[in-house]
Parts: sequence; C-alpha cells; structure tokens
Amino acid sequence: MLSFVFVFMIVVSIACALVTGRTAELSQSMMDGASQAVELLIMMSGMMCLWSGVMEVAKECRLTEKLSKVFAPVLRFIFPELEKDSKAFELISMNVSANLLGLGNAATPLGLSAMKELKGDSDSCVATDSMITFVVMNTASIQLLPTTIGAMRSALGSKAPFDIIFCVWISSVVALCVALVVSKIFCIAGRRKWN
Amino acid sequence: MELVMPCVIGFVLMYGLIRKVQVFDVFTKGARDGVKLLYSIAPTLIGLIVSVTMLKESGALTLLCDFLSPVTDAVGFPVELLPMSLLRPVSGGGSTALLNQVLKDYGPDSFLGRCASVIAGSTETTFYAVTVYYSAVKIKKIRHTLVAALVADFVAVVVAVMTVRWLF
Repeated sequence: MLSFVFVFMIVVSIACALVTGRTAELSQSMMDGASQAVELLIMMSGMMCLWSGVMEVAKECRLTEKLSKVFAPVLRFIFPELEKDSKAFELISMNVSANLLGLGNAATPLGLSAMKELKGDSDSCVATDSMITFVVMNTASIQLLPTTIGAMRSALGSKAPFDIIFCVWISSVVALCVALVVSKIFCIAGRRKWN
Repeated sequence: MELVMPCVIGFVLMYGLIRKVQVFDVFTKGARDGVKLLYSIAPTLIGLIVSVTMLKESGALTLLCDFLSPVTDAVGFPVELLPMSLLRPVSGGGSTALLNQVLKDYGPDSFLGRCASVIAGSTETTFYAVTVYYSAVKIKKIRHTLVAALVADFVAVVVAVMTVRWLF
C-alpha cells in the first residue's frame, strides 16, 4: 500500500513539474525534503526520548493497572456482554489504559491477546459485536497527551506546543462516542435481521 | 496549559520514587527505547517527507487543493487540510509528512497548523489497526467495523476544525 502511495506521489510530482515548468524547484525539493526529515527527527528526538523514559517509569510502577481500574466502569458500560472479571475484560482495560498513556508498543500485544480471548475456541471467521466495538475503539485515538504531535509542533517552532490539548480531547471523545453509537446501531439492526 | 507536561512528568517520577522504583535507571532504559523508536521511523519519514515536499514544490498539491476547493468551500472546511485528512486512515507516515508540510507552510500556531495538529492527534491509522487486529485472530467477515471506524475519523476531522475555531 505504502509502495503505491510513495511511487504515486513522486510520479505525479514529476509530471506536474514538467507541465508547470517547476523542474528546478522539484529537484531542489528532493534534497531539501530529505534533510528536512532528518532535521525534524533530530529536533523531535529529545522530547520523544524524555517522554518514553518517563513512561517507562509509569509502566514500572504499574500506573497502567491503576488507570485500567479507573476506567473499568466506563468499559463495563461499553461492553455489558462481558463478565467483569473475565480475562478478556481485563486485557481490554489494560489495552485501553496503555493507549491512554500513549504506550503504543505495549497496547498492541495486549489488544491482540484480548482479541484471542474474545474469539475463544470458536472457528468462526465472522467478527462478534464485542470484537467490533473493541477494534473500533482501537481505530480511534484516545491518547491523553499527544506527545509526538507536541514534539513535532515544538520542533517546528510552536510557542505553546500543547495548547491544542483540549481540542484533541474533545474531538477524540466525540469521535469515539459517535463510532460506538454507530456500531451499536448496526449490531441491533443485525440482530433484528436474524430474528 | 504549558504546565501540563511538567506536572505529569513530575507526578510520574515522584510516584515512581514512592513506589521504590529505580527511577533514573528505568528512565534511561525507556529513553533508549525512544531512540530505537526514532531509529525505526526515520526511514519511513524520510521517504514520505521527500515525496510530500516534491508534491508541494511541483505545484501538484496546490492543484489538488484548487480542484477540491469548490467542495470544501461549500461546507466551510479548509481545503489545505483535506489531503492529510484523506490520507490519515490509510497511511500514518504519509499523513505525518503532510502534517509537517502544513505546520511548515502556515506555522504551528496558525489556525491551519492547530487544526492539522488536532486532526493528527484525534485520529488513527484505521486500515492498519483493523488489519492487524482481525488478521491476528483470522477473522474475515468484519461486518460494519470499517464503516463505524471511518465515521469516527470523519467526525474527528470535523470536530477538530470546529473546536479550534471555538477555543482560539
């Protein structure tokens, strides 16, 4: 997929530069782009390392488990069909709190175990309602502190890289709620069809 | 707002000390993982930032925006944000490169820069997540997953622009 996007963007640029006569700018932009990317990475690296160091401390003192207890009531409301001390529910709440803390590397394995737990022994290749809700939650961003974006903004000269935090929270929460409502409606409609 | 990061960091480190964690050792271990993460995203980002810069400088991105602007103007959506919003569910690296372009062209503290940041912060690489999660448990019929997930992305983009207009 990315191969296609990559080649497509470059071919379109070359074609467009030939038509508009911006060939000099194009060849300059290739060099500039590469060095700008490295510049951005270096400027971001300090904050990214600082943050992943702090998050390692959070992980070490089991803050993820703490957070998952805080959010358990919300998740019980979203997944009423799951037993509250089932392995699946525990893994889902761990996945959600890892996502909230921005621990992407920790969240994915937890999420995959949760999916295996939700599937159980069944051989079915059809997604269940809980699986859909869970995957939809993972396709919405629910990070408490958008650190990568903050690092990028400050690398590019923002005076207040985190002043967007409220806006990020509002739009993530609204998007997540709408997505959950939509998938719930589909689930109910699907059940009607079967009955 | 500028106190959020220092307070969070201070709280986590203090809590670590109280819980008798070897705070500095653990911190350096985590920071090393940060270097590894940067090392692993560097090739992707270099490739995509090069191609997006080419797209911009060749005039193709401007042409695309001119072409799309009648649609976005009608609903009051800034056309400059459309390319990154459309690429967002498909490619995380590609939309990061486009976010970088918007932040560079208009400045991170401009209206467009803020909107672009909020969009990037409140959406995910939907197709990637759906593929990873379902293929791990061999699910083939995903029913309405993609519809609901893409509705979430669309709502996030719209609400992002609305909240930036409202709060700044």
